[in-house]
Amino acid sequence: MNTFLYVVVPYIALTVFVAGHIWRYRYDKFGWTTRSSQLYERRLLRIGSPLFHFGILLVVLGHVGGLLIPESWTDAAGISEDAYHFVAVALGTVAGVCTLLGAAILIYRRRTTGPVFSATTVNDKVMYVLLIGTLCLGLGTTVLGNLTDHPHDYRLTVSPWFRSIFYFQPDSSLMAQAPIGFRLHALAAFALFAFWPFSRLVHVFSAPLGYLTRPYIVYRSRDDRPTRPGWERVR
Amino acid sequence: MRVMAQMAMVMNLDKCIGCHTCSVTCKQAWTNRSGVEYVWFNNVETRPGQGYPRRYEDQETWRGGWALNRRGRLKLKGGGRLRKLLTIFANPKLPAIQDYYEPWTYDYETLTNAPLQEHTPVARPKSLLTGEDMKVSWSANWDDDLGGPPDRDVLLAGIADKVKFEFERTFMFYLPRICEHCLNPSCAASCPSGAIYKRTEDGIVLVDQDRCRGWRMCVSGCPYKKVYFNHRTGKAEKCTFCFPRVEVGIPTVCSETCVGRLRYIGLMLYDADAVLEAASVPSSQDLYEAQRGVFLDPSAPEVVTAAERAGIPRDWIEAAQRSPVHALITKYRVALPLHPEYRTMPMVWYIPPLSPVVDVVRDTGYDAEDRSNLFAAIEALRIPVDYLAQLFTAGDPAPVDAVLRKLAAMRSYMRDLTMGRDPDDSIPAAVGMTGEQIHDMYRLLALAKYDERYVIPPAHAEQAHSLEELATSCSLDYEGGPGMGGSGPFGESSGGPQPIAVENFQMLRDRQTADSLSGRVNLLNWDGRGKPEGLFPPRRSEEPPGSDGAS
Repeated sequence: MNTFLYVVVPYIALTVFVAGHIWRYRYDKFGWTTRSSQLYERRLLRIGSPLFHFGILLVVLGHVGGLLIPESWTDAAGISEDAYHFVAVALGTVAGVCTLLGAAILIYRRRTTGPVFSATTVNDKVMYVLLIGTLCLGLGTTVLGNLTDHPHDYRLTVSPWFRSIFYFQPDSSLMAQAPIGFRLHALAAFALFAFWPFSRLVHVFSAPLGYLTRPYIVYRSRDDRPTRPGWERVR
Repeated sequence: MRVMAQMAMVMNLDKCIGCHTCSVTCKQAWTNRSGVEYVWFNNVETRPGQGYPRRYEDQETWRGGWALNRRGRLKLKGGGRLRKLLTIFANPKLPAIQDYYEPWTYDYETLTNAPLQEHTPVARPKSLLTGEDMKVSWSANWDDDLGGPPDRDVLLAGIADKVKFEFERTFMFYLPRICEHCLNPSCAASCPSGAIYKRTEDGIVLVDQDRCRGWRMCVSGCPYKKVYFNHRTGKAEKCTFCFPRVEVGIPTVCSETCVGRLRYIGLMLYDADAVLEAASVPSSQDLYEAQRGVFLDPSAPEVVTAAERAGIPRDWIEAAQRSPVHALITKYRVALPLHPEYRTMPMVWYIPPLSPVVDVVRDTGYDAEDRSNLFAAIEALRIPVDYLAQLFTAGDPAPVDAVLRKLAAMRSYMRDLTMGRDPDDSIPAAVGMTGEQIHDMYRLLALAKYDERYVIPPAHAEQAHSLEELATSCSLDYEGGPGMGGSGPFGESSGGPQPIAVENFQMLRDRQTADSLSGRVNLLNWDGRGKPEGLFPPRRSEEPPGSDGAS
């Protein structure tokens, strides 16, 4: 069972994640967008959206730190586990609360603003359930875990397991030792990853960092037009 | 010198009667789809008035276009790159749908399926965004013909209060607006994805629908608010200068259908290296002159040589020499740019209207064709001139004054000719022109022959294979596409972009240029007797003898 949940599921999810993005990019560049609803309503969006987005960027940053950097490295740098844990929990809680608060505002807005609600697709709803579910499980585990006296050191279980997936030597036994909250959070995250390429979340991968360096005005020749897409039959 | 060609337009405002035909035909051609119900690539505004979207000219609110920073360098008024990225999650300067208007339709079905009742059933307005009943209270031309509150006009802030009243009584004209296809487009500069580009061949500014990610910064960046957000597909769309038509040498839909024949389309050659410097001149009142300085004389041998070196085809250079736009902008100098102070170097220019002045003179009982009367009126009616200057020259009345005098001179000089009197050569001399020039200008402005209004060199045959495909267009109306009501697996906007051809170009051109309605049946001319021509295939007996055996 553990092998299925913590080895098979992650690999399936990640495969779908990567292949899905490639496929979506090739098949559906036109649908690759933020699908912003700011035109309909901007008052709530101006509070909720930055709160959510900046919050979740911090959350992602925290996960990169927590999952990818082994405990031995921070030890070597002279950071004690307690100090690390304190900073991680503090920052993580703040970021998580910001994200959830922003998401709550956005969902309230989505439900109550007529045009926004009617522009919401089933796809969006599934995405919201997965995203908010993952967020709640993560934040809940962190907060509840720290209310007890002995918070779980996920950097000895979850993190090595997560890294082991990418070494192609997955160790499901590590994950089996983690508390149920962490396990559920990880599974929800993989479900989200598998759904990701088919949702509006793809816009994460078009973060326009190139804007910082490109010239202001883009010139293009008529001949630059993409020729017939590869997947289309030659007529 | 880097020579580039720009497809440009001039509109002669004297001839605009505000009939909105351009807007309607443009909408039928380009934005009759869901998601862009509120979008008018071409709209006609009554001036004075607040325009569409409401008060779009108030750049202190919307922060569109460019501005000089403290060091005198050209910067986006809405903030630089970093600021754009930091505000990307909630664009602070995006107009809401209410600033345009909430699109609606009517519940026509009630009219046919309502039960028998005492009162006539009513088709209620329904919002196209929510489907709910709504109260129609605003639209793109709600305050047509001065129907709106007059003090909402942004430009009136620059004119003293005491003249407002008089002004409103004496002065009104129409301003048709499309995308300016600027030489220095701030929408393109604001686009984080780099999806908006300027075509090197003809300078048309387009949105690549495959690269647009819906960050909405272009909508804020454009001071003319001529980039729109499609709320169904989540992508930006804008006027395309009808490039599929222009590429085969026929004018844009708005020009073609203009009943006043007031639009002129032609090429301008310009020095692309000089654009930035011209857009950065310190005084905004110098921008009109500066932009004219960027244009090149297509007849000058060194320009022709440089253009050929830059790969501009020979027939394009010749078209630039015959360009009516070039004649109106640099030869006669009667066309002026719209809001040059936005520093985007707009390329749709306007001939300011003389008719308000003429009307005043005529209403007071004087001869409205007489030069001295008109000149005196231009001088006396400071308010219209000041208002036009706010619109076209960043507030400098001198160029507007000069244009109106030329138009007045043309009126009185040509009156003498048509009345069979001897031409008075002192009239053109008073505005620094010759009689011959006045005559040529009259031919272009008043007679306005189709072939002289539109000098559009078609794109080249050797490039024709790429013309077939319009992956850069934004039309979704191809068979089975999202615009046809189809919906891909990821909602409204998904699915692969099909290479559409708005209509097959060749077919379109044949239909546009054919003398007869080939392939179509015109029942309007049918008197009800006999068979309408072309409805049925010809009978064998009607065919010329011998045609039978030939097959």
